[in-house]
Amino acid sequence: MKKTLYTFAALAMFAVAGTAHAAGNTIEQPAPPAGGWQHDGIFGTFDKVAAQRGLQVYREVCATCHGLKFVSFRTLSDLGFSEAEIKAIAKEYTFMAEPDDEGEVLERTGLPFDYFPSPYANEKAAAAMNNGAAPPDLSLMTKARVGGPDYLYSLLTAYRDPTEADLAALAAANIELGDTTYFNPIMGGNQLAMAPPLDDGLVEYAEGQPEATLEQMAHDVTVFLTWAAEPKMEERKEMGRNVMAFLVIFCGIMFFAYRRIAKRILGH
Amino acid sequence: MTAPSRPFEPTNGVISWIDRRLPIFTVLHGALVAYPTPRNLNYWWSFGSLAGFMLVIQIVTGIVLVMHYTPHSLMAFESVEHIMRDVNYGWLLRYIHANGASFFFIVVYIHIFRGLYYGSYKGPRELLWMLGLVIFLLMMATAFMGYVLPWGQMSFWGATVITNLFGALPLIGEPLVELLWGGFSVDNPTLNRFFSLHYLLPFVIVGVVIMHIWTLHIPGSNNPLGIDVKGSQDQIDFHPYHTVKDVFMLSVLLLVFFAFVFYAPNFMGHPDNYIPANPMATPEHIVPEWYFLPFYAILRSVPDLIIMDAKLAGVLAMGASILLLFALPWLDRSPVRSGTFRPVMKWLYWVLLVDVVILGVVGAKVPDDTAFSIGSLGVTWLTVGQITTLYYFAYFLVALPLLSKFEKTAPLPESISEAVLAKNA
Repeated sequence: MKKTLYTFAALAMFAVAGTAHAAGNTIEQPAPPAGGWQHDGIFGTFDKVAAQRGLQVYREVCATCHGLKFVSFRTLSDLGFSEAEIKAIAKEYTFMAEPDDEGEVLERTGLPFDYFPSPYANEKAAAAMNNGAAPPDLSLMTKARVGGPDYLYSLLTAYRDPTEADLAALAAANIELGDTTYFNPIMGGNQLAMAPPLDDGLVEYAEGQPEATLEQMAHDVTVFLTWAAEPKMEERKEMGRNVMAFLVIFCGIMFFAYRRIAKRILGH
Repeated sequence: MTAPSRPFEPTNGVISWIDRRLPIFTVLHGALVAYPTPRNLNYWWSFGSLAGFMLVIQIVTGIVLVMHYTPHSLMAFESVEHIMRDVNYGWLLRYIHANGASFFFIVVYIHIFRGLYYGSYKGPRELLWMLGLVIFLLMMATAFMGYVLPWGQMSFWGATVITNLFGALPLIGEPLVELLWGGFSVDNPTLNRFFSLHYLLPFVIVGVVIMHIWTLHIPGSNNPLGIDVKGSQDQIDFHPYHTVKDVFMLSVLLLVFFAFVFYAPNFMGHPDNYIPANPMATPEHIVPEWYFLPFYAILRSVPDLIIMDAKLAGVLAMGASILLLFALPWLDRSPVRSGTFRPVMKWLYWVLLVDVVILGVVGAKVPDDTAFSIGSLGVTWLTVGQITTLYYFAYFLVALPLLSKFEKTAPLPESISEAVLAKNA
């Protein structure tokens, strides 16, 4: 029966693996940056300094077109921002206040409990300003794509002019590049409407921080957005370590308890 | 009913007082303590308790999630993010509930395949088997509707594809689909009725589980040898042997379960469900949750037939693939229950198991893609699906009825205790 148990385990893993989905129509597959992610693995934590730089990239570059509607300013404390810094960041945005006693709706500056506002008045305006397709909100981007953070990082760094080999691969897959789209070997269909958003030195990092190369900014903004999509990851992994340690010990104790009782009752 | 091995004799005055008026403790004692079980049950017999445990996990986490969830098409997605970000341990509850559904199915599939191997569906346990299938169908409905609730892209489009299937049925199809939708497409009324039913059905499952266990306790458990219990020398009490064994198996299950909850919580989900539902944008590939994939593969494997189109034929084949299991006790008339003593059935059974796994893989693939090549000949997933679908039906409708007549079974042991003694001699 032990043999069948292993067979079953192997089959179960196989069945589960069968549901993993590969991105279709892409010339290249997503890969992590050299050095990997600090947030990977069971001991993974967010690289808070990188995430802070990533917030800067988001605010100065991405936020022109992309919202971040599920992230509130107050949660930036996770990344090591102080209360005063959070208040200062929130204050740079304006929101419509609740109607006052006269029924007037006035503008007010942001407060820590507010959420990052959308750059557009509404979905229609977002679409109208972007060739008919509204740019997606980035709050869950690293969980909403196959490949997760690797996908996002690779996408941001993969823009290039298509080579002869690329064009041959596109022709083989019956893909035509559009006039208003940009070639990107990571994107499904190998092109997207977003112009290459990052370029070396586009953002000026504070003194003492690494140079703002394209790769560095892509790395930093991906770390920031990975946190934005899964802010409880550190808490989850820490609790997981305790739960797993408990269960391993508990399993062992229960196995010996079971064997002892089996010996007493069954005699073997 | 299998008589308890010893009567319930409460020493506590209060319990005794209650039990004389409402013998609930006597019933529990008979079911959990003095329930006599065959002494040769192996680890596979623990999966019934494990399934019950998963049901409780799902109900408890579900009830708390409902306290924070908003069943409205404009707010559902946001309320799930509220649970993930703002509710204390909301992320834990949701990940347990989402992965719990998958593990409930893993445990139940093992439970079903155990029954298939050891002939637990045979008399006198036919009704026990059928009630189990009712639970399975209720689980499928509950899981499907639960997956719609987060109102992501896969929720919406999965719901659209699956509900549309019912439209293939003649006459009742269209009104039935409109009833499911509460309108003319999947929309807020659909979400509301699915939410209502998703809350109701688990309690219906609890009711059928009680009947399932009640039916079990009439003849008692089947066992790996598949022969009847001859006397008390073949039996042991449920407690403490099985209680401790089941807790051990539970801790093993939880070890694997929590590895997913804490370290790969979205592995069994689909990334598209983190995109809010958008009726104007269809995802590239719409796939159901993994536990439906074998049936989804059967649905898509059936071609246009002379008498009906592929859609209706596929729906009927998918329905038949589950409904035929209700007839299984009468399709397999072999007097021998356990596969251990059935040299041919045993091998066909293992092929069936692999066959269903392959069906699951096929369900996740694009039918026209090439699965593998023999020389220059490419074999598509559709073809693989058709062959595996044929085998699935052939196993139940052809192989088992024929084997009932022609299979030469191995000699059965005299009794359970004799077999156990011989094995440990």
